[in-house]
Amino acid sequence: MNAAPAATAPPLRSGRLQTRKAAWWTSLVWPVTGLALLLLFNLIFTEGFFHVEVRNGRLYGVLIDILNHGSKVMLLALGMALVIATAGVDLSVGAVMAISGAVAAQLINRPGVPFPAVIAAATGAAVVAGCWNGLLVGIFKVQPIVATLILMVAGRGIAQLITDGQIITFTDTHLTYIGNGSLLALPFPVWLSLGMLATTLLLTRKTAIGLFIESVGDNQVASTYSGIHAGTVKFLVYAFCGFCAGLAGLVAASNIKCADSNHAGLFLELDAILAVVVGGASLTGGRFYLAGAIVGALFIQTLTTTMYMRNVSPDIAPVPKALAILAVCLLQSPVLRTKMASLFRRQA
Amino acid sequence: MRIRLSGKYIRLLATASVLVALYVLGCVSFRNFGSLGVLVNLVGDNAFLGVAAVGATFVILSGGIDLSVGAVVAFTSILIASLVSHGVSPLAAISLALAIGALFGSLMGFLIRVFELPPFLVTLAGMFLARGMGFVVHPQSLGITHPFFLERVNEGLAISLNKDVTFPFTATCYVVIFLVAVFVAHYTRFGRAIYALGGDEQSATLMGLPVGRTKVLTYTLSGFCSALAGVVYTFYTQSGDPASCVGLELDAIAAVVIGGTLLSGGVGFMAGTVMGVLIRGLIYTLIIFKGDLNTWWTPIVVGLLVLIFILLQDVISFASARFATATKQSSH
Repeated sequence: MNAAPAATAPPLRSGRLQTRKAAWWTSLVWPVTGLALLLLFNLIFTEGFFHVEVRNGRLYGVLIDILNHGSKVMLLALGMALVIATAGVDLSVGAVMAISGAVAAQLINRPGVPFPAVIAAATGAAVVAGCWNGLLVGIFKVQPIVATLILMVAGRGIAQLITDGQIITFTDTHLTYIGNGSLLALPFPVWLSLGMLATTLLLTRKTAIGLFIESVGDNQVASTYSGIHAGTVKFLVYAFCGFCAGLAGLVAASNIKCADSNHAGLFLELDAILAVVVGGASLTGGRFYLAGAIVGALFIQTLTTTMYMRNVSPDIAPVPKALAILAVCLLQSPVLRTKMASLFRRQA
Repeated sequence: MRIRLSGKYIRLLATASVLVALYVLGCVSFRNFGSLGVLVNLVGDNAFLGVAAVGATFVILSGGIDLSVGAVVAFTSILIASLVSHGVSPLAAISLALAIGALFGSLMGFLIRVFELPPFLVTLAGMFLARGMGFVVHPQSLGITHPFFLERVNEGLAISLNKDVTFPFTATCYVVIFLVAVFVAHYTRFGRAIYALGGDEQSATLMGLPVGRTKVLTYTLSGFCSALAGVVYTFYTQSGDPASCVGLELDAIAAVVIGGTLLSGGVGFMAGTVMGVLIRGLIYTLIIFKGDLNTWWTPIVVGLLVLIFILLQDVISFASARFATATKQSSH
């Protein structure tokens, strides 16, 4: 400790880099352990859970279904992770999913509209919705819960307005491919989520944006003094969250080949928040773990699928989910951690 | 000090003027909108939302949030319906449901207080739990045929205003609960502790207020109010339904915000929330009277109103802060 500073300086620097790397891995330990425990339970008790077979060059099986159905929450969780890192929350992602699905279904049935334009319009609408949230939170400094509550309440109404209150079905093969197609043996939504994960990781970890997001969430005043425009960072983060919700909305609509404004993405905002929290992030902001959020989303989907496979009624399914939330919250609670620590110390 | 007080009342005044404006708009645009029947129905139809919003107001005043409201209402309604259909006496069923609601709220409050967990997540878990438990009690909606609910209470306790219009029992419940809530919020030690806690938790602790107890009790009260709203719901619909009231908590929060209560806690009035509930009901009634508009306009208009009131809060606090500094400078 008391060695010459010149000698200790280089190892200290590399040591800091190593702790940064170690922190990244340790953040994944708990979510992965949870997922592994759940899978272990299914390996022993649920028959056919790990059965995977190849049909027409595509993998089929429960595990593939989990990846496929979990992709919506995975996409949402990526955007939500960044929003929560700025100490915010976005309650409107479910409603934004409904809007993007409604726009896509409405346009694809119109003759003469090219497919890329449909995708651009649907995701564009979602980004506009995200920008609206960003404007309220970042520029007008409205509390995130309230600001996004507005779009959560009004968004489904807007989606109903777009579809004129109807459930709009479509048969366009390009659009149905997004939710049902497969690429290299895996369902397309899985590739979409993985692609978005890679893009988001690159954007946040290879540029300074990730650091900006974390610093704004950690201490907004300090980051303002160091020259970061907190409002702009928040605006961008909510816009990105809207974009992710738009993609999830396309997957959801494409999956069932129709836009159902009442039920598309209903309560998925809660699943997305839960995925981020399971992934190791705190709702008070300052940190985000994208890989953790993805594992969290898979954890939730595995939990849901497990209950379906074990013939638990989907209506009762919220109960185990609630217990999972409480368990995760308690594990993260610093109060419980210090209490447990002092308990062990006393015994020793 | 006087300026801050007036800012508080300006918000209440803004809510009141929106309420009056909507009502006058309805009366001018449609025949019979001003009739007593419409007014009574407005109170009666929104009674269970109103009771739930009372609980939400207490929680928001204390600086917290409760997302479990709608699920607890649904759980209570199906619990009462199922108990009564199994031959339990209605009064016993209602008391049991209220006790469970309060216990449920206090458990959430306990987790929030002792383990310092975020209220958002704890009450989210509470919402999932109550929703699922409702389906465990009974998987579908269940009608109540017990004479206590229809003849003895709904018809027996309705107050006849004139030969056409009766003031329903659910509306009476709402009025009574509102009056009790005003008393608790403004004239008891507990009510003042809630305001202090919402204003600044640290100062409340330093003043020697029982912060922990108040926090747990606030969530207990909210759980109790949600259960009470569930009781009003069973009287209103003569049934219990585990799938009902999805998103009721958001309507309640929206009503609280429109009522001028700050979501950061510490500032607001119970009367504002009542007006917020009535404004929401009036928008719905207006859309029904208009006939050619679809009901999905209700959430859009409610969303817009929430937005307007939030921006109004910003403008008022900004203006009053500037006014305060201006007067301070001129007095020096």
